[in-house]
Amino acid sequence: MSMKTSTRQVDGVTIVDCSGRITLGEGSVILKDVVRELLSKGQKKILLNLGDVNYIDSSGIGELVSAFTTVRNQGGELKLLNLTKKVHDLLQITKLYTVFDVKDDEANAVKSFS
Amino acid sequence: MTEQRVSYTLDSTLETVDSAEQAASRIATEAGFDDDEVMRIAMAVREAAVNAVLHGNAYDPGKKVSLAFEQTGGNLVITIKDQGKGLDPDKIPDPLAPENLLKTSGRGIFLIRSFMDEVVISATQTGTEIKLVKHVHGPSEGVKEASQ
Repeated sequence: MSMKTSTRQVDGVTIVDCSGRITLGEGSVILKDVVRELLSKGQKKILLNLGDVNYIDSSGIGELVSAFTTVRNQGGELKLLNLTKKVHDLLQITKLYTVFDVKDDEANAVKSFS
Repeated sequence: MTEQRVSYTLDSTLETVDSAEQAASRIATEAGFDDDEVMRIAMAVREAAVNAVLHGNAYDPGKKVSLAFEQTGGNLVITIKDQGKGLDPDKIPDPLAPENLLKTSGRGIFLIRSFMDEVVISATQTGTEIKLVKHVHGPSEGVKEASQ
């Protein structure tokens, strides 16, 4: 299953609901394009909901890092929401869990944006 | 574990990466690994295939990727070989080093080593071979059967 995304706005925060796989090729490209498009529209508070992302490879991890730094470099914030166990474990072993701001409650995550 | 060997010769394409992952998932399942181990083995094979296709063969249509699965002596042994310039594992930066944490690439070999019991990287001028070994810890393991 390839990756699909949909976006919605909640209190000034853009929530990107992601599902499927973030892997080399299509999945990583879709994520990159979504973040780039949001930034081009001035939407710099981005919450990536990964609750339905069941698989991510090293390219996908790299794309998450790229999205995180790109948004931050433009003065915005990108946070992660609802990690599955597989994605959580991958971020743990790659020591990225503490780099990303990871949330597990959408309402609190939205409130946490400055 | 029944001893058997299956091998593939694959093109240097993204489809090969998916095919290698799917083959690994199927064979690891048949070998009796649980779901978590199957996922780890399949991801290790996927990452090795990515290295072979992208960094080794650089999508060159004239170069192939060899993939072999061997079940022997209570081990699942997977070999992925490309026809590239050869990867020097000593030159791969540590992706966990603070200065590398925010790099967007360089985690593939690290994940492979994390998920497999043994990893041997052999680089020559005719390509890189990555040998991945996973021990079968389940009840079908020969050593455990013999000790009962």
